[in-house]
Amino acid sequence: MFETGSDILKTSTGRTLRSEEMIINMGPQHPSTHGVLRLELVVDGEIVVDVIPQLGYLHRCFEKHSEAMNNYQQVIPYCDRLDYLASMNMDWAYALTAEKLLNLQVPERVEYIRVIMAELQRIASHLVALGTYGLDIGAFTPFLYMFRDRELILDLFEMTCGARLLYNYIWVGGVSHDLPPNFIQKTKEFCTYFKPQIKEYNDLLTYNEIFIKRTANVGVLPADVAVSYACSGPMLRGSGVDFDLRRDDPYGIYNRFQWDVCVGKGEVGTIGDCWDRYIVRMREMEQSVRIIEQALEQISEGDVMSAIPKRIRPNAGDCYVRTESPRGEIGFYLVSDGSGTPYRVKARSPAFVNLSVCPEICRGYMIADVVAILGSIDIVLGEVDR
Amino acid sequence: MTPQEIIEKLKSTFGEIITDAKAEGVVEPFVKVKAESMKDVALFLRDDTDLQLDFLMCLSGIDLGKGNLGVVYNLASMNKKHKMTIKVEVPRDKAEVPSVESVWKTANWHEREAYDLVGITFTGHPDLRRILLPTDWEGHPLRKDYKVPEYYQGMKVPY
Repeated sequence: MFETGSDILKTSTGRTLRSEEMIINMGPQHPSTHGVLRLELVVDGEIVVDVIPQLGYLHRCFEKHSEAMNNYQQVIPYCDRLDYLASMNMDWAYALTAEKLLNLQVPERVEYIRVIMAELQRIASHLVALGTYGLDIGAFTPFLYMFRDRELILDLFEMTCGARLLYNYIWVGGVSHDLPPNFIQKTKEFCTYFKPQIKEYNDLLTYNEIFIKRTANVGVLPADVAVSYACSGPMLRGSGVDFDLRRDDPYGIYNRFQWDVCVGKGEVGTIGDCWDRYIVRMREMEQSVRIIEQALEQISEGDVMSAIPKRIRPNAGDCYVRTESPRGEIGFYLVSDGSGTPYRVKARSPAFVNLSVCPEICRGYMIADVVAILGSIDIVLGEVDR
Repeated sequence: MTPQEIIEKLKSTFGEIITDAKAEGVVEPFVKVKAESMKDVALFLRDDTDLQLDFLMCLSGIDLGKGNLGVVYNLASMNKKHKMTIKVEVPRDKAEVPSVESVWKTANWHEREAYDLVGITFTGHPDLRRILLPTDWEGHPLRKDYKVPEYYQGMKVPY
């Protein structure tokens, strides 16, 4: 959005362009933006001088809608649509927040089901992120392999609650359906099948020379900048910060499992480059499989609906609860005025916050690198714009 | 540090500026700060060696009713693993809060969002434009008295 009609061209932030600079619009209809995001690139030849993200093309008034619901449970389908690649994690974060306001304990079996679902969802989400990332860089085949394997997870979800993308499965106080009889067996089969697949992805894409050339030493995000921008998830861990909410601010029953937090080490370039963010996601999938296998061993029988409240009226108060979604810290700030309607729901979405660091790490690179950097941030526009 | 210790430290450092604080009897402990001093408090929270609240998890604007708007800062420390919530309250007709963008960079977009949806002006913000709504949108939808406009640029808004 720059002014014409005068000799002076300005960026949308009001800065006057120098004579050698020009503005290129990337998006909102650009395949590498993974949705409807517009980036205003200020370029000097091929060099990116500044990036100004323009959001809001997918704004659906999530927070306004939530305030109009007359029941806390009715917000959950809207949470599904925040990060539509990780709906389970979104629902869980919201349910946890409401449960904290209500001071509600959920049954053991529900805790295990939630962990299994969230970790399956993490794998599914990372498969999309990594597959489309390869696609952005120019590798078509890994995308097909990863989507093929993601289908298996979606089948498991469909078996459980009938939906493949937007589940409305995790409710305040429980889950909507118990696991179907053969779910545990099928999930174990999936884990056995999936572990060797990760090696195949690595052979196909991770250590591919062209892929490394495009991603190593590109978009380097130093750890202190990442913390100042409150980056989270693979974005933060890619910068070498050993921080995972599942371990460092535990929720649910994550403290019962043995698993490792993966961080970027700058193996092929600098710590915090695009390849590091990529490899953190790849290795997290292995860890998720580990968690799922342990959870499947430990899960016990029980009633999953017993703790779901008939009528939700938390005492007046507010709280913020954060959990680890595939993209990072998804938090809900929930305010109750004592009635059955949420007074204020604010979704702190990881993609929104991670995207805000984009201008910082794009400056000085080539236009083609912006595609690689944006892909490595792994945004979902449903969550950025809410 | 426990919430109680953080509250006492802030009270002894800032005195009158802390208008309210609760560590018990609420879901989450909080400290209420006079709006005009928010930036000084923010700098102290980030830089004090005992507090080190360097991670701004969330910043939310809220319409508190009774003619007041509020801003809520949810902070965490990466090293110390403690958390604290800071709240400020401003009257609706003079809704101005000093920007903390220079303290925590992440506040940049959060403050733009709070400006966009709740209509709180953050003084000293380098780029306070609307972020989610179109630039020519009128009003701030998350205020409780907001009315959906009948027309937007000559187009009828269906509901």
